[in-house]
Amino acid sequence: MSLHTLTIHQLREKLRRGNVSAREATQSLLDRIQSVDGKLKAYLWLDAEDALAQADAIDRSGIAKNGKLLGGVPVAIKDVINVEGQPCTCASKILKGHTSVYDAFVVQRLREAGAILLGRTNMDEFAMGSSTENSSWGITHNPWDLERIPGGSSGGSAAAVAADEAFAALGSDTGGSIRQPASLCGCVGFKPTYGRVSRYGLVAFASSLDQVGPFTKDVADGALMLRVLAGHDPHDTTSVPQPVPDYTAGLGKGVKGLRIGLPKEYFIDGMDREVEAAVRAAIKKLQDLGAEIVEISLPHTDYAVAVYYLIATAEASANLARFDGVRYGARVTGEDVIDMYGKTRGAGFGPEVKRRIILGTYALSAGYHDAYYVRAQKVRTLIRQDFEKAFERCDVIVTPTSPEVAFRIGEKTDDPLKMYLCDIFTISVNLAGICGVSLPCGFTNDPRLPIGLQVLGKPFGEETVLGVAHAYEQATEWHKARPNL
Amino acid sequence: MQYEAVIGLEVHVQLKTKSKMFCGCATEFGGSPNTQVCPVCLGYPGVLPVMNEEAVSKTIRTGLMIGSKVAGFSKWDRKSYFYPDMPKNYQISQYDLPLCAEGAVEIKLDGGKTKAIGVTRAHLEEDVAKSTHFETTSGVDFNRAGVPLMEVVSEPDMRSPEEAFAYITALKEILVSGGISDCDMEKGQLRCDSNVSVRPIGQKEFGEKVEIKNMNTISGVRRALAYEIQRQTAALQKGEKVSQETRRWDDAAGRTFVMRTKEYAHDYRYFPDPDLMPVVVSEEMIAAARKLLPELPEAKRQRFIKQYGLPEYDAGVLVADTALAGYYEKAAVASKNPKAISNWVMTELLGKLSEAKRTIGECAIQPEHLTELVALVDGGQISGKIGKEVFAEMFDSGKSPGLIVKEKGLVQVSDTGALEGFVNEAIAKSPKSVADFKAGNEGAINFLKGQVMKLSKGKANPQLVGEILQRKLRGG
Repeated sequence: MSLHTLTIHQLREKLRRGNVSAREATQSLLDRIQSVDGKLKAYLWLDAEDALAQADAIDRSGIAKNGKLLGGVPVAIKDVINVEGQPCTCASKILKGHTSVYDAFVVQRLREAGAILLGRTNMDEFAMGSSTENSSWGITHNPWDLERIPGGSSGGSAAAVAADEAFAALGSDTGGSIRQPASLCGCVGFKPTYGRVSRYGLVAFASSLDQVGPFTKDVADGALMLRVLAGHDPHDTTSVPQPVPDYTAGLGKGVKGLRIGLPKEYFIDGMDREVEAAVRAAIKKLQDLGAEIVEISLPHTDYAVAVYYLIATAEASANLARFDGVRYGARVTGEDVIDMYGKTRGAGFGPEVKRRIILGTYALSAGYHDAYYVRAQKVRTLIRQDFEKAFERCDVIVTPTSPEVAFRIGEKTDDPLKMYLCDIFTISVNLAGICGVSLPCGFTNDPRLPIGLQVLGKPFGEETVLGVAHAYEQATEWHKARPNL
Repeated sequence: MQYEAVIGLEVHVQLKTKSKMFCGCATEFGGSPNTQVCPVCLGYPGVLPVMNEEAVSKTIRTGLMIGSKVAGFSKWDRKSYFYPDMPKNYQISQYDLPLCAEGAVEIKLDGGKTKAIGVTRAHLEEDVAKSTHFETTSGVDFNRAGVPLMEVVSEPDMRSPEEAFAYITALKEILVSGGISDCDMEKGQLRCDSNVSVRPIGQKEFGEKVEIKNMNTISGVRRALAYEIQRQTAALQKGEKVSQETRRWDDAAGRTFVMRTKEYAHDYRYFPDPDLMPVVVSEEMIAAARKLLPELPEAKRQRFIKQYGLPEYDAGVLVADTALAGYYEKAAVASKNPKAISNWVMTELLGKLSEAKRTIGECAIQPEHLTELVALVDGGQISGKIGKEVFAEMFDSGKSPGLIVKEKGLVQVSDTGALEGFVNEAIAKSPKSVADFKAGNEGAINFLKGQVMKLSKGKANPQLVGEILQRKLRGG
């Protein structure tokens, strides 16, 4: 049996017993990447020698054998999170050649837990997109059908985990960028509560929405990763000083007596019929396991996409202003400094990033600020209140992750609005700041493509969400299916 | 027609904190370029700001000193514009909810009158880097980027360059005395922009407002305003219009130049910074700031006059320099003769310091040694003349006056036996003066006194010498 197909908890068991070494686990992944990544292009950067050197150091220190949560486990990192000494380009030409000078908080946590920092995964430029087609460095392919997109923006991380090219990967989720690709690639993707995980070292897209989270092969691995990543960081004042529970120990309690809310606004016409059938079957399964189903309403759902594209782009327009060619990254010289800015940013940013910077700049401009930005903030409050009210009646909310399965490469690139609607079920979660997970719940028939189930919880309700997802996963086999590459 | 000026000032003050506003880098002035920097103040991808609480506390303290309302709830906003000295191309500042609103600074006018200049607001932000332009390139030093910067915005309450000058001087005095900032303009710790317009006297509406930048000294502010008021008045008298614009003061040329007109005004696109939580100022924080409030200069002046019996002039000079006032008070509070302490400080000490180009902080004389010196003179152990000699030695060596007097054997001679010897010698050597005295020229005794002092190397107690001489000359 090949090591690369294992889950983290399976691999950790072997490492702990001394049956395998960190080097063997790493080498197995490197071989797998060597054999399939030419087709998938999930990785942007990989230094095999460095990964093996990290593995050797871990083997020598005995960390792999002791109780460290991730001792000897290689983890892939989305190209938007800083790892000191590794490139960090956010899949953008404007950061071509840029090397991180410091570790993100989550990377420090991974190092402390004994993980090996394997390589950088592809993404939509600056995490803006739902298909990974906006990468400046090329397209990542869906492991279930190479003609299709892996979802986005964390498409590289999702494809890598789904194709056994990584035991786990980090992603970032601003409007669904972890959950949607997890759904489309058939793996588990967790978006923590805003403030649960530090954003320090995550290159900001929309600061009030961004959150780092893990991709894993099953829910138990998700719980393990979350335990490593979560916690207060004095360098991120939006991270919350709340104790981190042992998420792994909280699994296995079942769903008996739990109330599961179904938002009526989410089961709408236009949803892919196979997706709807799979999600309804999953709900039935949860009911069979003892959960109580209640209908709830999230009345402001219709406004979520509009609100999101005002707030996220407004914040992004300021966040991305620092990429100017003055201090780091690519520079195109000009006649004067203003000309240099224009040429550098004109050449460095791709079309979607430019579109969003312009949209956000507009939303904040004098004369429009109140009509767009301020109004969007008010509606955001209403959306958050929708969830607060809903959670008075239920413990978790269950929905499809995405209204459809993976689409063909190029299918939506000409229509940004169509692309934005891919995130219709995930965006509200970021606006409300709550937590959620996507996990496999079935396949379409022909072609055979994964379908994702989204489980949402209250702020800091990670344990409950993981518990429901785990109970469902234990009762089904979907998470064990692997693409044929 | 007669015109009057309407002036408002925006003063930027670098706060005296150990670290920068949103990271842990040092704020010290004068480091080699780009040595006090980190990923945060360089605006590297992925970094986040963490608020410096000391800077907030100092801004609150400032607000209390100028009678502001301190906001219970304040927040941070991003102010967007592109410039190479801005690491993020937005500045973290405070837009609609500043830490301090309203307040006033009192200034002194000619003839002893005072006037309150209103303060609209005082808010906190991060300083930008410093650009230096060379022949074909420019350099940016990010050591300054992120230093806590407080902006104090006045009401348009000033009517002349002199009032503006007095306002900055008074504000500076308050900020230095409160330990808020050193306000050294040469180090860029205090910078000033001005809004100025003119209008016919009697008119209620303001004229078109012109903003002036780049006034690097307080006297530069006065010159720039005088120039600009004259320029605008001349324009109006010719029937021309003054246009709303931003102008740059060129101190060498002695005039202002257009920087940008109204059409090119920035749209800063302010919005709340999502990386920072709002600032909730509790009653406890205000109470803590209140505890650290220094005495305001005017109150201190009055107290010095009362407590130490100083003339108004002395109190004014001492209080104008916070460090000097502190020094004086340390020496005066332990002394039986605080007025004498003031005399020593005002004449000897300030003279010596200015001669040596030193500040009071660099003075070798400990305040308690000055107390001791005054006690030695008052107690008759040394004469005033010897006291000056001892003072000079104290200034150079930092030794205590007692030690110097002992080492050099300067104790005043009051032993009448020893003094009589000196007197006899002087009388013997100066028969002419003795004859003059006896002939009725009483002033001749002074020459003899001087001779005795000379013979005693200045150590003779002058009062006793006088008595002995009188006795001998009259009796003899």
